[in-house]
Amino acid sequence: MGSDVQPLLEIRDLAITFQTANGPVEAVRNAHLTVMPGETVAIVGESGSGKSTTALAAIGLLPSNGGVSGGQIIFDGEDITNASEKRIVELRGNSIGMVPQDPMSNLNPVWKIGFQVKETLKANGLAGANSKERVAEVLTEAGLPDAATRAKQYPHEFSGGMRQRALIAIGLACRPRLLIADEPTSALDVTVQRQILDHLDSMTTELGTAVLLITHDLGLAAERAEKLVVMYKGQVVESGPALEILRNPQHPYTQRLVNSAPSLASRRLQSQKAKDALAAAAAELGSPVEPAPVVEAGHTPSTVHAAAKHAEPQASLAKGAQAGETILEIKNLTKVFKLRGALGKSTDFKAVDDVSFSVPRGTTMAIVGESGSGKSTVAQMALSLLAPTEGSIKFDGTDVTTLKGKPLFDFRRRVQPIFQDPYGSLDPMFNIYRTIEEPLKIHKIGDTKSREKKVRELLDQVSMPASTMHRYPNELSGGQRQRIAIARALALNPDVIICDEAVSALDVLVQAQVLNLLNQLQEDLGLTYLFITHDLAVVRQIADHVTVMQKGRVVEAASTDEVFSNPKQVYTQDLLNAIPGATLLV
Amino acid sequence: MSENLTPEKDLAAAGTPAARQGKTSRHHIEHFVAPLEETPLAAIDNVDETAAPLSLWADAWRNLRRQPLFIISALLILAVLIVAIFPQWFTNIDPRIQSTCNLADSGEPARAGHSLGFTLQGCDVYARMIYGTRASLMVGVFTTLGVLILGGAMGALAGYYGGWMDAILARLGDIFFALPLILGAIVIMQLPAFRDNRSVWVVVATLVIFGWPQIARITRGAVIENRNSDYVTASKALGLSPFRALIKHVLPNSLAPIIVVASISLGTFIVAEATLSFLGIGLPQSIMSWGNDIANAQSQVRNNPGVLLWPALALSITVLSFIMLGDALRDALDPKARKR
Repeated sequence: MGSDVQPLLEIRDLAITFQTANGPVEAVRNAHLTVMPGETVAIVGESGSGKSTTALAAIGLLPSNGGVSGGQIIFDGEDITNASEKRIVELRGNSIGMVPQDPMSNLNPVWKIGFQVKETLKANGLAGANSKERVAEVLTEAGLPDAATRAKQYPHEFSGGMRQRALIAIGLACRPRLLIADEPTSALDVTVQRQILDHLDSMTTELGTAVLLITHDLGLAAERAEKLVVMYKGQVVESGPALEILRNPQHPYTQRLVNSAPSLASRRLQSQKAKDALAAAAAELGSPVEPAPVVEAGHTPSTVHAAAKHAEPQASLAKGAQAGETILEIKNLTKVFKLRGALGKSTDFKAVDDVSFSVPRGTTMAIVGESGSGKSTVAQMALSLLAPTEGSIKFDGTDVTTLKGKPLFDFRRRVQPIFQDPYGSLDPMFNIYRTIEEPLKIHKIGDTKSREKKVRELLDQVSMPASTMHRYPNELSGGQRQRIAIARALALNPDVIICDEAVSALDVLVQAQVLNLLNQLQEDLGLTYLFITHDLAVVRQIADHVTVMQKGRVVEAASTDEVFSNPKQVYTQDLLNAIPGATLLV
Repeated sequence: MSENLTPEKDLAAAGTPAARQGKTSRHHIEHFVAPLEETPLAAIDNVDETAAPLSLWADAWRNLRRQPLFIISALLILAVLIVAIFPQWFTNIDPRIQSTCNLADSGEPARAGHSLGFTLQGCDVYARMIYGTRASLMVGVFTTLGVLILGGAMGALAGYYGGWMDAILARLGDIFFALPLILGAIVIMQLPAFRDNRSVWVVVATLVIFGWPQIARITRGAVIENRNSDYVTASKALGLSPFRALIKHVLPNSLAPIIVVASISLGTFIVAEATLSFLGIGLPQSIMSWGNDIANAQSQVRNNPGVLLWPALALSITVLSFIMLGDALRDALDPKARKR
């Protein structure tokens, strides 16, 4: 069998144009791809590359201001480029299914899950007398246990992963021959992502469904698809067998992508900083609950070979004298939230449970965990924005949990946050100059003239042109905003920067760029990072030490190399295994 | 559909979790590489320095300038404003001077120099309409200002601090919200202190007392939406006090919906003044206003409808322009419509 099989979906020289206020914009041009029956094809690209638009065109779901302006879409031998609305509706569900990106907003909150599955069956004329059983069957297939009961629940009673399973059930309910999965798991935790993709994989294989997978994650794409289509600026720049592209990328853009895919990276970003400090601290971090006294550099116990291996004698550090000294020490930190229950009764919820770790100056400590692990709560407490229920946070020797007034104000100068959402962390009403100047103004540093000079310097430090000063956040991309947020955090010359998922929302290449910037700044300024993330692939690139959290507790803490080469806990192993592309033989 | 089930069965193993080594296809897959000339690589994430910087307000203004609804309503409002400030530019009869009214002209139809006829008192309808603009507009503008200050402050504090502050302020607002404006105003205007000192300011005060909860609600909602934004947290982490974070970051970002509601309610306050005056408890007869003119005209509706019609038309057009302005602003300031 083989070469004479007709392609299921064929897109030829597709061009898609959007009518905008500034005239027509060609979002996709010359796109071509072929999906054979039963095959999984992944479209990879950064946001704005036209990957979703191309796929949406195939199912006739382009936004009303967009339209196909050239080329052909052929589904199973039939040209559906200009097919009537009626014909497209016939194809949807029955022949082409769709799993949308955001499980949180794609289920209607006022209808039960079962009803929403039945709706799909009904729309495609498949809801017979036994539709209830059919609904349960479809949900079970999608991996929802106890489906009959689950069908009677509302979306808000489901977790993100369960919702995504429900959406997969809906997408596959009518046994389509092609399933378009638009970033089906990017909103989910890595372990859940893996389960869902595994399930989707085995299900579509079993049903013989072809999958058009849209993703920004090259590792994930290569792992799940036979064929990759790399899109850049609305064009297909490279396509071919997944593994071949990964091993031997031809187009410079693909090469860039492969080089900076975090899941495929294998070591920390290179820097010249003091590894002595790292080695000393690793000794201390051996036992997370009872940190050993700080070992002076040079007297490193041989047991921490992993860290000591890197030690370079001539390491230079901006604040080099204190290398090895612990700057942030968290001891037995606990945070209990009161959850409001029925009739004034409240239940305690331990978001953070007896967490201890310490961060040596000039190094990066990563706190890794899935959503709900309490990692962000730790960050909030370390920033003194949230009072801990118990435990202490020592910054440079002083306990910050009890700080008030002037000492707290001074503490703020030395510890700064960078947040996840680049769209939320800059005030849209402030231009960039005011944004970066704000910390200087609050702390009454310098006059107008010297502040402007400082802002220029800071912009330069984060490689943004000085002309950006007069712009507003809505004119900048996510990565640029994040660089502005970094500049603002640097304005007060802090010692510690707490990055709460600081790169999670960024495209791979931009993410690599920001990580490199952070690393460079650490080297130049001797910064200490507390890096909160769910993404172990990122940890490997930036962190010296890792604390793995699960359900509020520390489950594992060690140097990065150790965690990656020799994870002790099952949970850590699961997390590592779930990194997409981790097991690829590249 | 069933014919699909067969050919891939033998590949089932590929789907098991163990096989995450990547997949290879049975079909021949061509390795296509686009020529580099077609999509030259751009620097990663470079800043577009060509476009002129644009603040949110500048962006909204650019959007507004293109909306006919906005242009029409803004021109009308501008005209009304000029009439209110300089009524003498539009008529050489000053109806405030008793001698301009001549009882001999009572109910007379239009004639040269008196294009809209005369009232029962023999005053010029057109001149009264022109001079009535000021009182009506003053009530609208100052009530809106008062409501913005009182309601804005209440709503902002309730929304920002939450807890008991919210419980008290929000419930207080609900109580006032539950009172019908006209009924409440009738009761208040009957109080001796109000009844004996009736003036524009008393009417404004009354309307503010019953009008603030609406703005308070809108402000509270907008503030709650913005108070947990990362930029607010970031500024707190920079050492900004919570109250100053409210003033510097939260309120400016909450302004858009407040402005929209305020401009729409400005119109309704003008109507409310007219209603109160019509009922005889608004502005005193000595102050010329559209509401008073409409009230006075009701006895003559049958034989001289123009006396009622003209002030009513002026009132409608003014109110309509403010409501249209609000609509246009809503479109321009809608955060969802904004490009990110």
